[in-house]
Amino acid sequence: MFNKWIEGLNRTRKVAFGRLATLFGATDISAETWDELEAILIQADLGVETTESILAVLQDLVNREGLTHTDELQSSLRAELIRRLDAAPAVDFDSHKPTIVLVVGVNGSGKTTTIAKLGRQYAMQGKKVLLAAADTYRAAAVDQLQVWGERLNIPVIAGQPEGDPGAVAFDAVQAALSRKMDIVLIDTAGRLHTRYNLMEELKKVYRVVGKALPGAPHATWLVLDATTGQNALQQARAFKETAQVSGVILAKLDSSAKGGMAFAIQKELGLPILYAGLGERPEDLQPFDREAFVDGILGLKN
Amino acid sequence: MFETLSDRLNKIFDNLRRRGKLSEADVDAVMREVRLALLEADVHYSVVKDFVARVRARSIGAEVSKALNPAQQVIKIVNEEMIGTLGEPARLNLAGPKPWLVMIVGLQGSGKTTAAAKLARLLRSQGERVMLVAADPYRPAAIKQLQTLGERVGVPVFTEDGVNPPELAAHAFDQARKGGYTVVILDTAGRSQLDDQLMDELRSISRKVTPTDTLLVIDSMIGQEALHVAEGFRDTVSLTGLVLTKMDGDSRGGAAISIRSVTGVPIKFLSTGEGVDALESYDPRRLASRILGMGDVIGLIEKA
Ligand SMILES: Nc1nc2c(ncn2[C@@H]2O[C@H](COP(=O)(O)OP(=O)(O)OP(=O)(O)O)[C@@H](O)[C@H]2O)c(=O)[nH]1
Ligand SMILES: Nc1nc2c(ncn2[C@@H]2O[C@H](COP(=O)(O)OP(=O)(O)OP(=O)(O)O)[C@@H](O)[C@H]2O)c(=O)[nH]1
Ligand SMILES: [Mg+2]
Ligand SMILES: [Mg+2]
Repeated sequence: MFNKWIEGLNRTRKVAFGRLATLFGATDISAETWDELEAILIQADLGVETTESILAVLQDLVNREGLTHTDELQSSLRAELIRRLDAAPAVDFDSHKPTIVLVVGVNGSGKTTTIAKLGRQYAMQGKKVLLAAADTYRAAAVDQLQVWGERLNIPVIAGQPEGDPGAVAFDAVQAALSRKMDIVLIDTAGRLHTRYNLMEELKKVYRVVGKALPGAPHATWLVLDATTGQNALQQARAFKETAQVSGVILAKLDSSAKGGMAFAIQKELGLPILYAGLGERPEDLQPFDREAFVDGILGLKN
Repeated sequence: MFETLSDRLNKIFDNLRRRGKLSEADVDAVMREVRLALLEADVHYSVVKDFVARVRARSIGAEVSKALNPAQQVIKIVNEEMIGTLGEPARLNLAGPKPWLVMIVGLQGSGKTTAAAKLARLLRSQGERVMLVAADPYRPAAIKQLQTLGERVGVPVFTEDGVNPPELAAHAFDQARKGGYTVVILDTAGRSQLDDQLMDELRSISRKVTPTDTLLVIDSMIGQEALHVAEGFRDTVSLTGLVLTKMDGDSRGGAAISIRSVTGVPIKFLSTGEGVDALESYDPRRLASRILGMGDVIGLIEKA
């Protein structure tokens, strides 16, 4: 499991490692050290505010403990970064049968692929999974999920292209009830969080699911593209407001990007990161691992 | 929301307005805010550094105009530098023997397939005979997606089963030549610039069919990695233009300035929606003020 993550991050690590090795060599802490650290954190998309607050904590520590060598900084930095992220909570599938999960996000972030990956993982745990193709908007979005369903041998409920996404979601919940499924994963169309009409449509899908099964959806997961910069926080905020997002999935963490916006999202919105997408294949999904994630940012060997 | 650069600068202006000349310390205060605004717009750290140094050098030696206070003068320089770096919108290289070939490349999910269809529509409306080519055999239903979009814009889509993308591109090109097509638009699979195997594939497509244009499609919401992504693609295939997508959102789009200033690849189009007609050429002034988040201030300064 863990190896998979490391493998995904390997390419990234090669790029960053040389630089950090130099930085954390046995030299004295100087103004340059702080500049370098700032550069590393900002280039990992942590943003200026988060970066400055992390550096302030470290500077304070250096002063208090009288640290003088850069290598003494490394473990403190790592610990500080890890401290700022919640451990991925276990997903609760026992309280509700079926458990209904709505998957949302901006265009192209990785929703449909992530649903295939989740479906595979839960099916392998012996759960009865149903997928709902409620992206009736994008060209061939339904076909895309159906191909995954066939490959993974997981049933897919789909409506007509250009049909009502709420109706598909409703049908899927009904089907899951009558077929005694354990989990329903609802794929929705990508939408920019600034598009009022599309966000209203998402609200409607959310409500319709609740009509089909009171209390549902039991979770709403936001799929974020890890290459996204500062805009990620605005996305998360808007989707949380619209569809009660309860957790985040960081897709494309196998890319060269580090996904540093996770820190601001965790802090400002209190949303835990549940999973990391580490490739395009159905097996390329891991529960979010804070330590591996932080090591990816720092380019550290494990 | 971020406090806008203009809000922040206005605070500095208030202090500066009362004094006559711009000291180095004044310039520093303004530069700190400019730097922050650029970083919040996702401009790459190293690009911000160079940019701020350039503006600083020009600011300290600048002639003081009567119409502007010193801080406004700095903003004017920032704006000019930014517009100059962004450059005028460039056109497609439609020249030489037909059919012309436009290859679309980029990261996963950046908007390539959609952009291919939009370009097909645009060129068709300009009287070209356009063929789309589905050269993404990997993503589930990628071909179907392009076929659906092709139908929507009234452009045929070339597909072939069980052939690797370089071969497929060559076959498509042959068929286009025989069929009297004037433009071939090649939609390729999303890939990371660090994926050697898939980057080799791009290189070999490029050798087989010699594109007249190779467009890198970049999601405008992308963060600091934009620069490395663009460098990676540029080092593999010779990029002739950039398409910035999802500009209908509220991202600042700082990637544009990073990519442009380091690779020199010109911006050719903005994509501003999911519909097949949402493709625009861009205005460097508007993009600059979007990146800086200060349209109003710039309007005032330009009039002065
Ligand atoms: N490298 C990598 N690629 C991924 C990952 N997840 C998804 N992708 C790719 O990203 C692209 C977009 O993924 P989709 O699952 O279609 O994204 P989506 O959010 O459903 O897109 P829309 O429905 O159009 O909004 C596809 O090419 C996927 O193969 C990941 O973890 N790593
Ligand atoms: N809002 C908005 N959405 C866009 C824009 N361009 C593309 N999209 C959407 O972004 C998603 C991904 O677009 P695609 O064209 O499939 O991206 P791609 O680069 O071909 O993806 P892969 O082939 O999987 O790498 C789809 O949901 C598109 O509808 C744009 O300018 N604005
Ligand atoms: Mg999708
Ligand atoms: Mg595509």
